[in-house]
Amino acid sequence: METTIKNTNFKSEEYFINMGPQHPATHGVLRLLLTIDGEIIKKVEPDLGYIHRSIEKMCERDSYQQIVHLTDRMDYLSSHINNEAVCLTVENALQLEIPDRVKVIRTIIGELTRIASHTLWWGVMGMDVGALTTYFYGFRDREMINDIFEETCGARLTMNYNIPGGLMFDIHPNFVKRTKEFIAHFKTKLPEYDTLLTGNVIFQKRMKGVGVLTKEDAISFGASGPVGRGSGYSCDVRKHHTYSAYDKVTFNEALKTDGDSFARYQVRIQEMWESMSIIEQLIDNIPEGDVQVATNAVIKLPKGEFYQKVETARGELGVYVNSTGTKNPYRLKFRSPGFSNLSLLNHIAVGGKIGDLVASMATLDLVIPDIDR
Amino acid sequence: MDLMKDYNKKVMTNEALQNLISTWIPELEFTEADSQFLNITVKPEHLHQLMSQLKSNEETSFDYLFCLTGIDYEKTLGIIYHLESTAHRHQLVVKVQTEDRENPTFDSVWDIWRTAEFHEREVFDFFGIKFNNHPNLKRLFLTDEWEGFPLRKDYVDEINMVIK
Repeated sequence: METTIKNTNFKSEEYFINMGPQHPATHGVLRLLLTIDGEIIKKVEPDLGYIHRSIEKMCERDSYQQIVHLTDRMDYLSSHINNEAVCLTVENALQLEIPDRVKVIRTIIGELTRIASHTLWWGVMGMDVGALTTYFYGFRDREMINDIFEETCGARLTMNYNIPGGLMFDIHPNFVKRTKEFIAHFKTKLPEYDTLLTGNVIFQKRMKGVGVLTKEDAISFGASGPVGRGSGYSCDVRKHHTYSAYDKVTFNEALKTDGDSFARYQVRIQEMWESMSIIEQLIDNIPEGDVQVATNAVIKLPKGEFYQKVETARGELGVYVNSTGTKNPYRLKFRSPGFSNLSLLNHIAVGGKIGDLVASMATLDLVIPDIDR
Repeated sequence: MDLMKDYNKKVMTNEALQNLISTWIPELEFTEADSQFLNITVKPEHLHQLMSQLKSNEETSFDYLFCLTGIDYEKTLGIIYHLESTAHRHQLVVKVQTEDRENPTFDSVWDIWRTAEFHEREVFDFFGIKFNNHPNLKRLFLTDEWEGFPLRKDYVDEINMVIK
């Protein structure tokens, strides 16, 4: 008996559906307008602005010390690194000599932040593609880092530990010990991530060849961070425009050339190993010295334009300041990594299925407040 | 894989860049004052020609637009483009301005760098600057009914803005 219908009156028709703003896989209030034909994606159009706070406009009326505290509400998983970006801009503009102790502590906490962000990403990314256990593994390990932050900075997420001129206060006496404990712990746990998920055939089939981005497109779309490096594009700001103590340590830039979701996944796993290596090189050699240099109570930047880029867990964060010599910036722009990485979503998702879109989006590692600044 | 390669290489100095680019288009203004980059100010009518040449010329090869900023100078409105070459690792800033505050328009550069598509929409949303040949020029963050352009210096919103 014939089991397939050959001549039907069924028509292929395009229609559009909403994904979000309250969708678990968008990790925040991101709304995507999907034009689809059956399950094939024809177009993805993000609709943004649900949590836009106009941070750039607020910066124009705030002092530089206050601006630091706005930045960790952008990419809240890289809050320390965002704070550092503004502090470095101010310090470079004022030509302050920052003590080595500050640079090393900033670097260690920055790398702990990166590991915390990547473990959270790994947990929720696994959950997006149907592996529920990863969530608990990721959050278990991230909890240890949050405890270290809580002890030293007083907060677990939006740390506000940096100030222009140094750090708010010195590290907690337990900081070195607990960081070492975490590294020893995580060295035994990170291989478990690979055992649980990386080698899983079902997982690999959902990731390999999905959401392919070529190197040329990565550069043209302004991709950065693990998204760019998964396409073989060497874009690590820590290497190319080094800052803080990254010139004192040796580490490899994680690069993969496949450009698919699995390559971006592998880059982040490798980055966690590199971050641990950076912390190990510095943790026993934190120089003695002050943790602040004195600045005026009212910071006025000289007239001119200043640009600083740093590598957050998501890629290149740029801070552009146009100063007229007053206590507020005349114009301040944040070039956020998530905004550029989101702009290529349509490019890599068209032609795939809705499930592939979820996998691609999970490996772009979008944080919505970073896009809606 | 040798990953410690050429991380600090910089092929063309600012002087060499200036000498080369000044031969392409007349009336370019070059300055390095008050900035860490070489700044070029270009007239709006030459913007697209300059940008495509900066990208396609093999010596300059500025293939990475890492920041696109709209700015309100009160008398004029402008755009600031931060460019980098991933092959040569030199950087450059291009600026363009218009005195027309009612209907400011520049040529879009999205066909040169795809990242400009979203960045130009953001500038349109907050500054009201329009871009010729943009594929999808509409508000990105704000709703279509929103009146005014919030990042302009003369924008007033007595309810939502806290003024110090």
